[in-house]
Amino acid sequence: MRESSTLSGSEWAMDDLLAIEQFCAGHAERYGLDTFPNQMEVITSEQMLDSYVSSGLPVNYAHWSFGKHFLIESGKYQSGANALAYEIVLNTNPCIAFLMEGNSLAMQALVIPHACFGHNSFSKGNYLFQQWTQPDAVLDYMLFARNYVADCEERHGAERVEQTLDALHALRDQGLDKYKRPRKLDTRKERVEQARRLAVAQESMRQAEYYSVVPHAEKPTAAEPVFPASPEENLLYFIEKHAPKLEPWQRELARIVRKIAQYFYPQRQTQVMNEGWATFWHHRLLNDMYDARQIDQGILLECLHSHTNVIRQPEYGRLNPYALGFAAWNEIKRVCEAPTTEDREYLPEIAGQDWLKTFHDVMQNYRDESFLLQFLTPKLARDFRLMAIQTREGLDHWTVNDTAGGEGFKAIRSQLAASYRLESYIPEISVVRYGRDSDRKLVLQHQSYNGRTLHSAQTEQTLKHLRWLWGFDVTLEALDQSGRTIKTY
Amino acid sequence: MTSVIVDRRPDKGKSTANRQRVLKRLSGALKSQVDQLIARRKLNEHDKATEVTIERKDVSEPSFSIDPASGDSARVVPGNQHYRVGDKIPRDPAGGQGRGQGQGPGDGDDEDAFRFALSREEYLSLLFDELELPALVKKELLEIDENRFRRGGVVRYGNPGTVCVARTFKASIGRRVAAEAQFEEALEEAEAALKLARLSAEPARVQAAQLELKEVRQRGADIPFLDPVDLRHRSLIEVQSPRTAAVMFCLMDVSSSMDEARKDLAKRFFTLLYLFLTRKYAKVELVFIRHTDQAQEVDEDTFFNGTQAGSTKVLSALAKMHEIIRLRYPASQYNIFGAQASDGDSFGADSTDSSAYLIAQLLPESRYFVYAEVGEASSNTPTSLWTAYCGIQSEQFNMATVKGRNEVYPALAKLFQKEQPVAYAMG
Repeated sequence: MRESSTLSGSEWAMDDLLAIEQFCAGHAERYGLDTFPNQMEVITSEQMLDSYVSSGLPVNYAHWSFGKHFLIESGKYQSGANALAYEIVLNTNPCIAFLMEGNSLAMQALVIPHACFGHNSFSKGNYLFQQWTQPDAVLDYMLFARNYVADCEERHGAERVEQTLDALHALRDQGLDKYKRPRKLDTRKERVEQARRLAVAQESMRQAEYYSVVPHAEKPTAAEPVFPASPEENLLYFIEKHAPKLEPWQRELARIVRKIAQYFYPQRQTQVMNEGWATFWHHRLLNDMYDARQIDQGILLECLHSHTNVIRQPEYGRLNPYALGFAAWNEIKRVCEAPTTEDREYLPEIAGQDWLKTFHDVMQNYRDESFLLQFLTPKLARDFRLMAIQTREGLDHWTVNDTAGGEGFKAIRSQLAASYRLESYIPEISVVRYGRDSDRKLVLQHQSYNGRTLHSAQTEQTLKHLRWLWGFDVTLEALDQSGRTIKTY
Repeated sequence: MTSVIVDRRPDKGKSTANRQRVLKRLSGALKSQVDQLIARRKLNEHDKATEVTIERKDVSEPSFSIDPASGDSARVVPGNQHYRVGDKIPRDPAGGQGRGQGQGPGDGDDEDAFRFALSREEYLSLLFDELELPALVKKELLEIDENRFRRGGVVRYGNPGTVCVARTFKASIGRRVAAEAQFEEALEEAEAALKLARLSAEPARVQAAQLELKEVRQRGADIPFLDPVDLRHRSLIEVQSPRTAAVMFCLMDVSSSMDEARKDLAKRFFTLLYLFLTRKYAKVELVFIRHTDQAQEVDEDTFFNGTQAGSTKVLSALAKMHEIIRLRYPASQYNIFGAQASDGDSFGADSTDSSAYLIAQLLPESRYFVYAEVGEASSNTPTSLWTAYCGIQSEQFNMATVKGRNEVYPALAKLFQKEQPVAYAMG
């Protein structure tokens, strides 16, 4: 350990990381930040690229697509087009945060409060994460998945496994139960059930063989009931359970791909909130550490420099989730502490409340869409100079519908919130008919809104994968808003 | 709550399995890249890593997605400086619309291609796969001769694995003998002082002397059995493997009957031989001789890409080779290899003259001479050069027809199989 207790300079040792973490823990306690224990892992740039390609999961099964992303990302990194993230954090218990070895002491002092306290407390407290992820079990499950895939490659050949995974990956976005809560991951139970599923499949095959030689009466040819009774939006689940030709191990792979896709579901829906929350807390904790003379001015200034880059919002373009989130949380604090009449009108529930209590309540119970709908303040809209624009297919221009200064605040707010709904960029496709007892044909439907149709080349290719998995005919009916079929694939 | 730090840096190569998978997936695209590279690269560049460009469509991952151009869109954008409600903004990327909220297909990246580095081994493997080399030969060519280590005596510093125990103990004994001698002297002095003090019967002096003696004794006890300064390590010195030099003569007929396909085969033939030689010899020089009815020494670019009209006279090239050997590459200092590629056309007495010249002048000076007749034969009868060369009976000579890429290796197989005798010419 260094002599003076104030951290300074840019070099760091492992002890310094632990010291920063301890300092932060001291301050975080005062704010009531509830976190998983931290496990900080120091990694190289190559390992950072590794984490990129598997969305931060430290363990993943082998597949060429991860290799492809690695090649692309490392090419960008080496040519200097992209800088690497300073940290990656995954909601596990203990919370694993990857810190780059190349970070200066100041960068580590920035990313430790950001990842180990900001993201960590968010994923522990937010309701979506609580419902959809199991931080205790995910690493075990990934290990199980990796071994299972490796095992399949050995038993059934790498090529067949690859083809199956390719097809399943194409349907990854359609593997979500948006309205049902997923079951808890449990590796041991997974193994037991996997064996049970296999046994059931074998038994039913045995019986089918048996009954095929027993004469039985012709079935009455009543009208075949529509199956599934109500449309099924989870395509991967439907395939896992009903695809006529898949082998048991392929169903298992479908399950793995689905479970992993599901794991990232909360993250996709809380990006603004989560990044804003982490940015708010690293900013706060850094200042606290400086005030307690735990870091020197040089470190604070370097951190603030990076912080400013992180929350930079370019004109037009895409909204920077860090900038928007950071501003939104600061606004909540301001409205709690010093509300104006305008704030009292728009946000009566939180105006004048205890800010810390409000913070925890909001962090726990909202997602991006509801967060922005509820807590976007007119001042923030003005500060960001937001405007709502609209266009129609075939038009060569956008029309400005609302600007932040005027009456249009509410319209901007709801439109902004709506753009963070998953449905706004993931097409809604569901299974409507499966000719289970006839031709085994699968019929899918895509419901489009506002004339936003499927990308046809992509759809054809994805269907090719789906047809291969299904083994029989698959058609996709694209419906317009009024329910009319506009195109059949 | 316990926090821990893990140093993950030593866990390397997690991406290797995925890299192999994607390269396998890309093998078709990579093969065509390698084809282009073979045409473009110089012979002595094949042994290096290279960059390749891959079209994204070769590795696309489709998914159901919304066509960004379709339908009505509504967005909220920041940074409005001067627009008012009802204003119209042109709908193009420069107007600041970006890519919209709809995610693009695949990676969300608009570039059509990406570049990445192919390591030397990966490049050569692709090259060899095409040439259908036997596994053992592939392995031999892929391995790089690393510099060898030779013992270099004993040194004071090194890693713990190289500690030389006997010499360390020797050093320890030496140090202890020296230190103890000094200690004994001091001990005698202290004991004498104590005696004197006792004689003087002054309690303070006695006490001081006793203390002094105790200190000296402690110093003696403190002499360590082993001290870091005793450590001796075996030193290893990197030495480069014995340098031997070779020169490779590339002879090619460039008359108009040698078309692009034949030249392409010839280039692969020369490349493989060159790679082979670089494994056997530390230094391989290249000489390119092209000929029609006259022979010329040229640089590599001209050799493979230049064209020259004229009839064919093989003898001119052989004579040129002999001339260059005499001038620059004495057989006592160089291992001389000749590689000739031709379509086999020659006229009149040229074939027999060439064959005789080869036997009389070149083979005695060369380690090996190989003739490859490239391309599809134009008639069923053997070419005149082939017929004439058939009469050469020598261990150092080989000839083969190379009609396709998979026949390049068989032409050189004999060379690869032969265990090289020890008597290299030293460069």
